[in-house]
Amino acid sequence: MNTAASPRIGLFWFASPQTFFPLAGKMVPLFSLLAAGLLLVGLYIAFLVAPTDATQGESYRIIFIHVPAAWMSMFLYLVMAFWAAVGLVFNTRLSSMMATAIAPTGALMTFLALWTGAFWGRPTWGAYWVWDARLTSELILLFLYLGFIALQAAIDDPRRADKAGAVLALVGVVNVPIIYFSVQWWNTLHQGASVSITRAPSMATTMLWGMLVMALAFWMYSIAVVLHRLRSIILERERRTEWVRELLREGRIK
Amino acid sequence: MLRVLLQVIRRDLLLAVRQKADVLNTLFFFVVVVTMVPLGIGPEPNLLRAIAPGVVWVAALLAAILSLARLFANDYADGTLEQMLLSSEPLTLIVLGKAAAHWLVTGLPLTVMSIVFGVVFDLGLQETGVLVVSLLLGTPVLSLIGAVGAALTLGLRGGGVLTSLLVLPLYIPVLIFGSGAVGAAASGVAYAAYLLLLGAFLLFASVLTPWAVALALRISVE
Amino acid sequence: MNWGSWDNFLRMGGYGFFVWGSYGMAMAILVIEVWQLKVRRRRAVTELQREAARRSA
Repeated sequence: MNTAASPRIGLFWFASPQTFFPLAGKMVPLFSLLAAGLLLVGLYIAFLVAPTDATQGESYRIIFIHVPAAWMSMFLYLVMAFWAAVGLVFNTRLSSMMATAIAPTGALMTFLALWTGAFWGRPTWGAYWVWDARLTSELILLFLYLGFIALQAAIDDPRRADKAGAVLALVGVVNVPIIYFSVQWWNTLHQGASVSITRAPSMATTMLWGMLVMALAFWMYSIAVVLHRLRSIILERERRTEWVRELLREGRIK
Repeated sequence: MLRVLLQVIRRDLLLAVRQKADVLNTLFFFVVVVTMVPLGIGPEPNLLRAIAPGVVWVAALLAAILSLARLFANDYADGTLEQMLLSSEPLTLIVLGKAAAHWLVTGLPLTVMSIVFGVVFDLGLQETGVLVVSLLLGTPVLSLIGAVGAALTLGLRGGGVLTSLLVLPLYIPVLIFGSGAVGAAASGVAYAAYLLLLGAFLLFASVLTPWAVALALRISVE
Repeated sequence: MNWGSWDNFLRMGGYGFFVWGSYGMAMAILVIEVWQLKVRRRRAVTELQREAARRSA
């Protein structure tokens, strides 16, 4: 795809690293602010509004970190696979760079979900790790992220890395439901989904609100962090282009 | 079409026969790993009987992963792979042939060997039968999915370990249902569903993975 | 939600270790990730500047 400076190409206007770089630059502070604000509101609800749980006492408050982290870990994998696929099909470098930018954040979210899951599991079920379906699936998701990162790190040629990562991400995405279903079959210890779009939530409304606000906060944070990383990736990969050198000369890169 | 497939299989089998070491190594590795476990855990028959399906299956997985490097590496090194990419025959067909040959020299011997392990772990006739069938259905899937990993990591440094990291998560459903089938048989519970699911995985993998492997090969070689 | 005292808040009904261990890790990850981002940016910019210097030399 060409990167002509004409807005008439519409959808692909921002597919060029050059045009997206400044846009992303403006988005980072915006989403950071949103994340900070939502985080404050979320923490307020989590600690100062949501009441003590009848069965789990105060330990349930971990849910306000665990569930958003788990949701983000899964959501980010889908988004990562999506952009990797777009990059593979349309041959747009920026889409692939986006996938590469998402992976570390996704992996960290997965790790956080596992950590908080274990810390929640200990007081609730008696052990840090109980090999239940959800946590085990999260662990496998972490391996999928790490595999993607490792594969791209092992390939020197950036375009080969982009495409190979895309194939891996797509194979992974197809397998995620299969893996999830398999692990479910294999074990059913974890509590049923407390929040689902088809069933009424089985928790106090304030708890639900807290979770949703925190989830939004995590989402805004992820966007800000991923875009920041993306800009660094663009600078790394496009360092030989004139527009990057121009920005450097003008002192517009920091 | 069938002619190309058979020719590819025949060629790979011929190469495997000439380099018996590769093939035998995989089998020996399988045997050694399975043997290690009782040595590490103790000879208690009930315990061994309970863990046997899992152990045999995990060993099969590891042996499969170990053997993946030889799937494309030799052809890549001597330029044959490039010729395959340029050939007028569909790459997916060639890939299917190579995966089939790979299974014939790795998965199939493992499956046959597992009969011995059924005896060694005192599994019982029906359980051993289910073990064999589960491996018969599952090991081809391991070859097919493994081919994706092998194709993606072609020529990369740290290849073997990297391939394992990529491929093991994808192997997990096969592992779960494979050893689950035997576990169900051992518990006296219905195991047909497990085997049917393995069969479904096999069909699914046969249709989709050659496509992914062909794509990965083009990415890795060009 | 009325905690009554700071002490109650920190003890989290006996689950303090688990709750703060979780929120603490979340905080740590945030700090580490942001720090890593800064490091990566600085490295990229330094590399750009080094190349620019090399070219004008």
